Amino acid sequence: MFKKILIANRGEIAVRVIRACHEMGIAAVAVYSDVDRAALHVRKADEAYPIGPAAASESYLNIQKILDVAARSGADAIHPGYGFLSENANFARACTEAGIKFIGPTAAAMDAMGSKTRARQAMERVGVAFVPGTSRGLESFEQAQQVAEQVGYPVMLKAAAGGGGKGMRLVHAAEDLKSALESARSEAERAFGDGEVYIEKAIINPRHIEMQVLADEHGNTVYLGERECSLQRRHQKVVEEAPSPVVDPDMRRRMGEIAVRVAQAAGYTNAGTVEFLVDQEKNFYFLEMNTRLQVEHPVTELITGLDLVHLQIRIANGERLPFTQDDVKVRGHAIECRIYAEDPDNNYFPSPGKITLLLLPSGPGIRSDSGMYEGWTVPMDYDPLLAKLIGYGTDRDQAIGRLTRALNEYFVGGIRTNISLFRRILNHPDFRSAKIDTGFLDRMLKQKNEQPDFQADAEATEVAVIAAGMFATLGSAAAGAGERATRDGASVNAEASSNWRVAARREALR
Amino acid sequence: MTYEISIQGKNYRLELSQPEGRWSCRLNGREIEVDAVLARPNVLSLRIGNKAYEVKCEHVASDVHIWVGSQRFAPEVRDPRSLRSRSHAADEQGPRKLTAPMPGKVVRILLAQGAEVEAGAGVVVVEAMKMQNEVKSPKKGTIQKILVSEGAAVSAGDVLAIVE
Repeated sequence: MFKKILIANRGEIAVRVIRACHEMGIAAVAVYSDVDRAALHVRKADEAYPIGPAAASESYLNIQKILDVAARSGADAIHPGYGFLSENANFARACTEAGIKFIGPTAAAMDAMGSKTRARQAMERVGVAFVPGTSRGLESFEQAQQVAEQVGYPVMLKAAAGGGGKGMRLVHAAEDLKSALESARSEAERAFGDGEVYIEKAIINPRHIEMQVLADEHGNTVYLGERECSLQRRHQKVVEEAPSPVVDPDMRRRMGEIAVRVAQAAGYTNAGTVEFLVDQEKNFYFLEMNTRLQVEHPVTELITGLDLVHLQIRIANGERLPFTQDDVKVRGHAIECRIYAEDPDNNYFPSPGKITLLLLPSGPGIRSDSGMYEGWTVPMDYDPLLAKLIGYGTDRDQAIGRLTRALNEYFVGGIRTNISLFRRILNHPDFRSAKIDTGFLDRMLKQKNEQPDFQADAEATEVAVIAAGMFATLGSAAAGAGERATRDGASVNAEASSNWRVAARREALR
Repeated sequence: MTYEISIQGKNYRLELSQPEGRWSCRLNGREIEVDAVLARPNVLSLRIGNKAYEVKCEHVASDVHIWVGSQRFAPEVRDPRSLRSRSHAADEQGPRKLTAPMPGKVVRILLAQGAEVEAGAGVVVVEAMKMQNEVKSPKKGTIQKILVSEGAAVSAGDVLAIVE
């Protein structure tokens, strides 16, 4: 087994991987940029190395600096987390050349799946259905016109190198095609340095369902069930759940077997995810393969009882999968909320800053994967994901009940977060009855929020008035705790602590 | 202690005292039975009658927000005897400050000093976490002063400009 693993990431996922290392008796090496010295992953690691300025391109995305730290620390493997270098084939290749094991698929498998058009060509060869359209980049406007007529409007233009909605255009009618193609091309060129754009039939308000796969280096590949990821904003997932409320055992098996075929076609090893679009008739189409651990992996862990990071490390260590497909059982229901530093009153704009008060939920069926702590200042330089709150229950209703309860316990003060958004989602009748698709969140946000920004509930208002007066009276004494909230009590408390200090000083001087 | 507290435009008169360490409380002249424990800094466990509440106090830039469960309030607390609160009240009528809503970097200044500005018009653009945010004028008037320059780093609550 590896002795020491370097985690080439930050935030909650770095903490998640460090924990797995420690559970397996492996030392964990953190890297951090200038603004992350105080980050939680540095506190949790066994060794930590600075890798430069805040800009990711000069730190977390700098392959040479990370490999230098691996050499200096004597790490024998690197876990890339998600984002940053996790899907960078050059990084995987550089690790191999440096004699350090990359915990993930091979560079060749990443290359095969990294471009959406190349992945579609591979699917064509193995006979896996993808959304009708071209499997190669468009050569001309005339070709685009022809294919669009063939598959029928509306159509979607997509960048081959795309992600996060960049270089993507929905085209409803033939007269809009030309300008959409030009703008998609230039946007893709700017975002990815690659203007290759292809065309596919637009499936309106589909579900987005993905299948987790796991493959060892001895030819064994299994699927671990699906995740429903239809709740998205700006093409970013917000809430994920497993299993999907619309997938029955037969559909799970069919989807899973195709996902395994996709992975095998790419010679895939380690953990990966095959994404599908599902239309209203539950036809599913291959969308793309994500060649990394996903943000939402905990929901799969909870319903299968497996630890995906442990398994990633074991697979990278050359071990065989310790179970077969028949051993994988889906049990219960899990839902994840992505807690972002975003201001719900300001169109979910990022809200970095100091966390002045943090109350974390706990109790039955609650898992909190977090990268924050009270007193920490959320830097303004990275993705605003702070933590993930995952609720597990015997069934979907119980998972929703537990998650709702936990969201009411959760409090992040000093910065704004999207916690209130999840209360709205989990309360929404369409979410409760699982009538969700990728358009759900935009529709919900267009509806007037019955809950105003600031409350006017008569009873709670009186409580707030009384409490406001008490906090004003206590003033800085409100910094003491665990005492009757009186000015006298607080000052007695302060004296008590100074007595302790006097005693300690006396001890030290002896 | 007597406070004048307003929430959402409604005014309350709150009298608080602590004879022998216990709170006694009158709200708009009405006696209310309360009991409070400071569970940790900025978290009060309140009992009003026999009903229990967890109340959080959050400091956001220069504002104080009070959370009762998951409901948020922005009370204005005035101590009628305090000079500071009187000068604060006068401040409301005069020039208005535009403050940074979060720490970030000033990427653009949209209006120059002396320019006319409509209520709700963007004045300064601040970027954080790869997103840009327009800080808007709270009222119609003229830009009296721009206090930051493009490229400057700002903290939450920093004054960016003053509108008269």
